Amino acid sequence: MQKPIATNRSSMGIPTGKLAVWWVIGSEIVIFGGILASYLMHRLGHPEWANYAQHTNTMAGAFNTLVLLTSSLTAVLAHNAAERGDGKRAANFLLLTVGGAVTFLIVKGFEWNYEITHGYVISSNQFWSFYYTAAGVHAMHVIAGAILMVWVSTLARKGQELQRVELIGLYWHFVDLVWIFLFPLLYIAK
Amino acid sequence: MSEHAHDHDQSGADQGGDDGHHGHPDSHYIKIWAILCVLLMISVLGPELGVQLVTLITAFGIAFVKAYMVAKNFMHLDVEKPIIHYILGTCLVFMVLFFSAVAPDVMEHDGSNWEHLTAKQVVADGLEAMEAEQGGHGDDDHGDGGGGH
Repeated sequence: MQKPIATNRSSMGIPTGKLAVWWVIGSEIVIFGGILASYLMHRLGHPEWANYAQHTNTMAGAFNTLVLLTSSLTAVLAHNAAERGDGKRAANFLLLTVGGAVTFLIVKGFEWNYEITHGYVISSNQFWSFYYTAAGVHAMHVIAGAILMVWVSTLARKGQELQRVELIGLYWHFVDLVWIFLFPLLYIAK
Repeated sequence: MSEHAHDHDQSGADQGGDDGHHGHPDSHYIKIWAILCVLLMISVLGPELGVQLVTLITAFGIAFVKAYMVAKNFMHLDVEKPIIHYILGTCLVFMVLFFSAVAPDVMEHDGSNWEHLTAKQVVADGLEAMEAEQGGHGDDDHGDGGGGH
C-alpha cells in the first residue's frame, strides 16, 4: 500500500513527523508555561498559599520525579535501540517506559485519594485549584503518552515505523520536563 | 531498502551529526540519569535546611539544570536544526510576554489608583486561618480543605 506523502517527506531538512512533534511541544510550552506562570504569579501574591502547600506530599512528588526521570532514560534507550535497527529492544524499553507512566499514575492516585478524603479538593481554594489543574493536565499527558507508546512499541516489535520511537520519546521527555518544574513549585516551595 | 528502513534512515539523518546518529552508547545516558538522580536528591534535601536562598538555589536552580540536561542529552536539542530552536524560543517568548503583562496585576494588590479588595481579603482570611491552624491542633488531618477562595 502506498504511504501518504507526509509520512516520508522531509520539510526544511526535518522529517515532517518530527517537525510536527516539535510544533506540538512548542504549543505545549505555551499551555504548561501559562499554567506554571499563572501559578507562580499567584503564589508570589498570596503568602497564605505556603500554608496550603504544607499539605502536599513531598516524598510522593520526589518518588514520582524519580519515576519520570527513569522512564525518560528508558525512552532514550529505546530511541538508541531504534537507531541501531533493533526493534525488539526498542519495544521492550518503550514498555518499561509505559511501566513508569503507570507507576506515576498509581502514586498520583493514592496521593489524590489522600488529599481529597482529607478535604483538599479542587474547589477548596485557588491553591488547590491550581494544584489539581496543573497536575491533572500533566497526568492526562502521561496517559496519552502511555497509550501512544504501547502502539509504537507494537509496531517497533515487528520492525515497523522505527522512526516513531524517537518521536514518542521527544514527547515523553517533554512530559518529564514539565514535571521537573511542577515538582518544586507544588511540593517543595512550602 | 525497505520502506521501514527508509523511514529509519531518514529519522537518523536529521540529527545534525555527520553520521546522522547521536553516537552515544547506552552507558552515556545511564550516566546522565545518575547525575539527574543526584540533583533530585539535592533538590529535596536542600530546602530541609530552611534557608530561603538555599531553597531557591537547590529547588528551582537545580530544576533548570535538570531541564537543560534532559533537553540536551535526552531530546538531543543541542544537535537539532536552528528552526527547532526558533520555534521553541518563540513559544517561550510568548510565555514570558504573557507573564510580564499579567504579573503586576496579579502579584500586586494595590496601585496608585486602584485597590484589589477581594485579593486582600483572601490573603487576610488565609493568613488568619493559617495562624488559627498553627495555634490549634497543627496536624493536617482536620479535613477543612484550607480555607478561603
